[in-house]
Amino acid sequence: MTTILVFEQLLNGVQLGVMLFLMAAGLTLVLGIMNLVNLAHGALYMVGAYLATAAMQWTGSYPLGVALGLAGALVVGMAVEVTTIRPLYSRDHLDQVLATFGLILFFNELVAIVWGRASLYTSLPGWLQGHVKLLPGSSYPVYRLAIIAVGLAVAATLWYVVARTRLGMLIRAGASNRTMVAALGVNIRLLYTVVFGFGAALAGLAGLMAGPIYSVQPGMGELILIQVFVVIVIGGIGSIRGALVGALIVGIVDTMGRAFLKPVLGTLISPTAAEAAGPALASMLIYLLMAVVLAVKPAGLFSNR
Amino acid sequence: MRRLAWFFCVLALAVLPAVVTALDQPYYLELARRVMIFAIAAVSLDLILGYGGMVSFGHAAYLGIGGYAVGILAFYGVTNGWLQLGVAIGASALIAAAIGAVSIRTSGVYFIMITLAFTQMLYYLGISLDQFGGDDGMRLKAKSDFGFLDLGNPVQFYYVVLVLMLAAIYLTQRLVNSRFGMVIRAAKSNESRTRAIGVSPYPYRLLAFVIAGAMGGVAGALLVNQTAYLTPDFMHWTRSGEIMFMVILGGMASAAGPLAGAAALLVVEDVLSSWTQHWQVILGPLLVISVIFFRRGLAGIFSRHDA
Amino acid sequence: MLEVRGLSKSFGALRASDGIDFDVREGETHAVIGPNGAGKTTFIGQLAGNLRPDSGSIVFAGEDITALPAPRRARRGLARSFQITSIYKEFTALENVALAVQACAGHSFRFWRPAFRDEALRRPAEQILADVGLGGRAAVPAANLSHGEQRQLEVAMALATRPRLLLLDEPMAGMGAEESQRMIEFLASLKKRHSIILVEHDMDAVFRLADRISVLVYGRVIATDSPENIRNNEEVRRAYLGEAA
Repeated sequence: MTTILVFEQLLNGVQLGVMLFLMAAGLTLVLGIMNLVNLAHGALYMVGAYLATAAMQWTGSYPLGVALGLAGALVVGMAVEVTTIRPLYSRDHLDQVLATFGLILFFNELVAIVWGRASLYTSLPGWLQGHVKLLPGSSYPVYRLAIIAVGLAVAATLWYVVARTRLGMLIRAGASNRTMVAALGVNIRLLYTVVFGFGAALAGLAGLMAGPIYSVQPGMGELILIQVFVVIVIGGIGSIRGALVGALIVGIVDTMGRAFLKPVLGTLISPTAAEAAGPALASMLIYLLMAVVLAVKPAGLFSNR
Repeated sequence: MRRLAWFFCVLALAVLPAVVTALDQPYYLELARRVMIFAIAAVSLDLILGYGGMVSFGHAAYLGIGGYAVGILAFYGVTNGWLQLGVAIGASALIAAAIGAVSIRTSGVYFIMITLAFTQMLYYLGISLDQFGGDDGMRLKAKSDFGFLDLGNPVQFYYVVLVLMLAAIYLTQRLVNSRFGMVIRAAKSNESRTRAIGVSPYPYRLLAFVIAGAMGGVAGALLVNQTAYLTPDFMHWTRSGEIMFMVILGGMASAAGPLAGAAALLVVEDVLSSWTQHWQVILGPLLVISVIFFRRGLAGIFSRHDA
Repeated sequence: MLEVRGLSKSFGALRASDGIDFDVREGETHAVIGPNGAGKTTFIGQLAGNLRPDSGSIVFAGEDITALPAPRRARRGLARSFQITSIYKEFTALENVALAVQACAGHSFRFWRPAFRDEALRRPAEQILADVGLGGRAAVPAANLSHGEQRQLEVAMALATRPRLLLLDEPMAGMGAEESQRMIEFLASLKKRHSIILVEHDMDAVFRLADRISVLVYGRVIATDSPENIRNNEEVRRAYLGEAA
């Protein structure tokens, strides 16, 4: 277990964290502002991945593929919002959960119908392939660094928009008092559609970036969605800062845990026991972390409720 | 009126094996048994969801725990059904107590996400258990042996499930009308009022959660005998969603609702899957429509009392 | 009966309660009045246990209850009615009160016998409903009661827990003249058996029922005195400029 390995796994953790943040940001905004639980957020992630991959194969161009994928996710997100999500704002969480659950079934199967159940092959353009020497002896994939860069750029942009622009002010105002903002003449419906669509685009972005690393297949959204929930619970609903901190924590803990728990356990208890218990415990790590955070701060670390 | 409806329903279920054998359609016996096993799971969820207002998206976990308890014991040669059932109930209750202790202190959205997360945690645990098949699962070594009852005999198994389901419904109905049940229902109706009259809902909710978990474990033990195959899919969160749908579809907080919902959903799934392997693309929107437009569920048609 | 010292609570920059000193003697009806926004509901919330004060102490019947959560205070005999009606809408009036009776009848870990048929709960509930004037409406779902009847139900539920001190938060809110009169008469009948803290805007009720009145303005008690003296108090008059006293 060398420092190089630890460093690389740390970076991997940050990369996972950044992707979790992209998902969590949209979801926590929707949850905090519109008080809507959206289980189908993972489906939007999946749609982004599929549309981008398909567009890339169709046009042969990576940038075009990315653009189309993002646009597609945005359009699908808004379409979903207008048709299915609108009636749910006034309903209780149970109805929202069930309706969006139905959406998941629909999208997963739709993707399987169009593209089949096998994972899609995604390719990277030459300039994103290859490795880079960050530290002597370490050769880290360029692509993963690119993801980290994009994610942090989005985080900065998001902070700027929410804290410094009129739109951000409307969003924050809509969060604390929906009827008042509507009474002031702001088109709340449009605002909600924009927020939802924006969240969908972020999820789509995460999805299309994830494609080359994880597999593009039906149900890919749900695998990451649960981790996103853990992020939101830890970070606190409605807080983008919480989403970032929570995402980085979850990403790093999960990645490092999976990489190092088994060997570390192996030094404490017998290697054979570690072989069995290691992976199991590693997969449970973030949930245990969530339980601990909840015991201490039931509303999450940065909750403003 | 309701008693009469129940009488006919039970009668129909009781004679179903005879009818099915006469028509030589054993498949429907399987289907009916599957419906009733899931009805038990739905009844247990209705207790905490319909009556208690606790939106637990992790109820499938207890199906899995019950199933794995039986499966693991059978793997090691312990096939005594009574013992297996005891362990299934005990393990489910214990884990429900642990999860509930952490989760019930939260509310609203957090509760939903936490129960979901814990269930997924158990799912991953199940996948990592390689000696029990990992994520492929494994065949059940032997069916539970209850001595005088032979679960290998389809008809006997059917009646065992029927009796257990009726018992589950009856016990739950007594529970929700008792003082304990009234507290749970009051806490759902108006939590701050409940605290103001001097009752802290937490211990009651926790106990209800544990009872529901234990009952889910029973359903799981039965399910693994039914499918003769043990798989972590028992605990997948989409299974939780299915059970929730059964509760909602049938009508929350009602005696017949869970059974009606289980029957409706499983029959619809059965019919749809015979048309196309992509039946979920139809079921998904159906579920969405039913949530948006049909709030009271099926049992609302038969009962006029607003639960 | 109740002794409050230096109770303070701030919400950010807003001092909702600012060093309140307040006490209630046994058997007394102590009214709290003040203009809107004075912090009356925040005050009641801290007394009932729904809000945690930033500083100060609350001593009830000799026991410091400042850190005690709401359900435990209710069991010690501190009952409240809510300003915004908070009842069990799906249950009948009788079931509402029976629940309150059940709440103070020890623990509710009983799983078999139907609560609705339990005479130990029904009898007292029926009696209380009759006392409050809702005897004929026992079987009506609470959601179908008129607003005034729902306010009566609020008080009935507070009474069902056999309290030593009643916290009544605007019991007459939204009631018409005739209903208010009936409620005032009923509350007058309670005076002998309970200590009462009455928050109200209806000055008629306040002056008829109160033994003492405290005036709350901007989170501070500016006067505590007999109704007569309060009526003539200059500062109070200024605070209530335009209000009939």
